[in-house]
Amino acid sequence: MSMDADDRALLEDLLAGKHRALARVISKIENRAPGYRDLVSELYAHTGNADVIGITGSPGAGKSTLVDKLAETYRDRGETVGVIAIDPSSPFTGGAVLGDRIRMASTVGDMDVFVRSMSARGTLGGLSTATADAVKAMDAFGKDKIIIETVGAGQNEIDIVRTADTVAVLVPPGSGDDIQTLKAGILEIADVFVVNKADRDGADRTVQELRDMVQLGDESGAAGSGGHHSQEVIDAHDDWDGEPAESEDDAGWTPPIVETVAIHGTGVDAFIDELAAHRDYLVDSGEHAEQVRTRYAEEIRTLLREDVHAMLEDELAAAGGIDALAEAVRQGETDPYSIATDVLDPVETCLETLETGSDGSGTE
Amino acid sequence: MSSEQEAESIRCLVAKVGLDGHDRGAHVIARAFRDAGFEVIYSGLHKAPDEIVQAAVQEDVDVLGISILSGAHDTLVPKIMEGLEEYGAAEDTLVLAGGVIPEEDRDELEEQGVAAIFGPGTSVEETIEFVRENAPQR
Repeated sequence: MSMDADDRALLEDLLAGKHRALARVISKIENRAPGYRDLVSELYAHTGNADVIGITGSPGAGKSTLVDKLAETYRDRGETVGVIAIDPSSPFTGGAVLGDRIRMASTVGDMDVFVRSMSARGTLGGLSTATADAVKAMDAFGKDKIIIETVGAGQNEIDIVRTADTVAVLVPPGSGDDIQTLKAGILEIADVFVVNKADRDGADRTVQELRDMVQLGDESGAAGSGGHHSQEVIDAHDDWDGEPAESEDDAGWTPPIVETVAIHGTGVDAFIDELAAHRDYLVDSGEHAEQVRTRYAEEIRTLLREDVHAMLEDELAAAGGIDALAEAVRQGETDPYSIATDVLDPVETCLETLETGSDGSGTE
Repeated sequence: MSSEQEAESIRCLVAKVGLDGHDRGAHVIARAFRDAGFEVIYSGLHKAPDEIVQAAVQEDVDVLGISILSGAHDTLVPKIMEGLEEYGAAEDTLVLAGGVIPEEDRDELEEQGVAAIFGPGTSVEETIEFVRENAPQR
C-alpha cells in the first residue's frame, strides 16, 4: 500500500499529536475520500493502547451528560479522552443535527478531550466501519480512553457499540415496560448497566428489575451479556449488589448495575471502577483476544462486502440500471431473484476462469 | 481497486457566541441546513470563542455559521478567526455571520475572513445556496 505525499504528511501530523490532522483524518474516513484506506491501514501499526467504551441507551437517558462527566473524571486522573458521538441522520435528506456536543460542557477548552460528532451516512453497516476506523485514528493519536456514544435504537447502533471493548447500557428509571420490550435487544449487549437519574422515583424498581433480569439470564445459562462478549457466563458471581463475591474462581462476567446521577456527577467513580473491572476481566480471562479476533473478522467481512457491493453497482449499471430493472419487476416481466442471478453471472464466470485459468496471481 | 464509495456531506457548525440568548434564528438555520442534507452541529448558547474554535477544529466543519444578535461581533468574531488561524483552519473554513450586524461593520468583518453576512430578512434558500456554492473543496 502506498500513500500520496499529502496523506503521508497528514499521518505524520496525526502521530505528532496535531488536532487538526486527527480531525481531517476522521473526515476522510467518514467521506471515504480517495486514499482513506491506505491511511487507515497505516494507522493499525500505531493502535492497541486505548480502552474503548461504548455507551448506549434510549434518547434522553442521559448518555451525553454521563459521557461528559466520564471524560472530566478521566481527565482529572490524567488520561486523555476521545469521544465519538453518533446521532441519526434523516433517511430523507441525509441531513442531521448533531447535538451531543451541547451537553459536553465540563471539558470545553481542554483540547485533550477530542469530541467528534458523526451521523449515519451511506448504507450497509458503513457507519460501524467508519466508527471503528475513527476509533483507530484516535487510538493512533494516543488517546487513553475512547468513548463511543450512540442512541440504542436498532441493529445499526448495536453493531456500532460492539466495536467497543466494554459496553454500558443506560436505563432511565421508570422504564419498566421499556425493559420488557428491549429485552431481546440492547440489554443483551450490556457489560455494565447504568441506572441514570437514580434520584428519581422508580429508580429502585428499575434496579430491581434489571437484577431480576440479569439473574434470570444467569440461571438459564444464557447470559445477560450475550453477543460476542461473554459466551460462557454460566455460574457467574453475584457482585452486582456490592457484596464481596463468594467465589472468584468462576469464568463468567455478570453485568453489574451502577446507579448514577450524571448531572451531579454522582456515581461516576463507581461506574469507572466497574468499567475498569470489566477491562481486567477481559484481559485476565483471555476473552479480550477472542473479542478482538471476532471484531477483526467482522471488519474484514464488512470491507469485502462493501467492495463486492461496489463492483456489483457497476454490473447493475451495465445491466440497465436499478430503476429499469425494478420497473421490469413491477411490470411482471421478471423477478428480483432472476435479476440477481443474471447480474452475478458474468462475475461468477469471470471468477471461474480465473481459478481454472492460471496459477492465481489474482491479487491486485 | 477503486471501489471506494465516496459519501461526502457538507458539515456545518452553527454557533452562538457570547452573552446572547437569542437562538431562534440559529435553530431555524440548523433545521433548514439539516433539511438541505447538511450535517449540522449546534454549539448551544453562551459559548466562548475558544469553545467555538475547539468545536470547529475537532468536528472539521466545512462551514462555520456564527449567529450574533448582541452587537459584540467586533470583539467576538476576531477572536474566533484568530483561533482558527492558530489551528490552521482559517483558510479552508467558510465562515458566515448572521444576526444583527450594522452595515458599517461589515467590511471589517469581511476583511477578517468572514465570507458573507446574512442579516434580517435573508431567505433560508439564499443562505443554503451560498453554502452549496462556496463550501470549500478539500
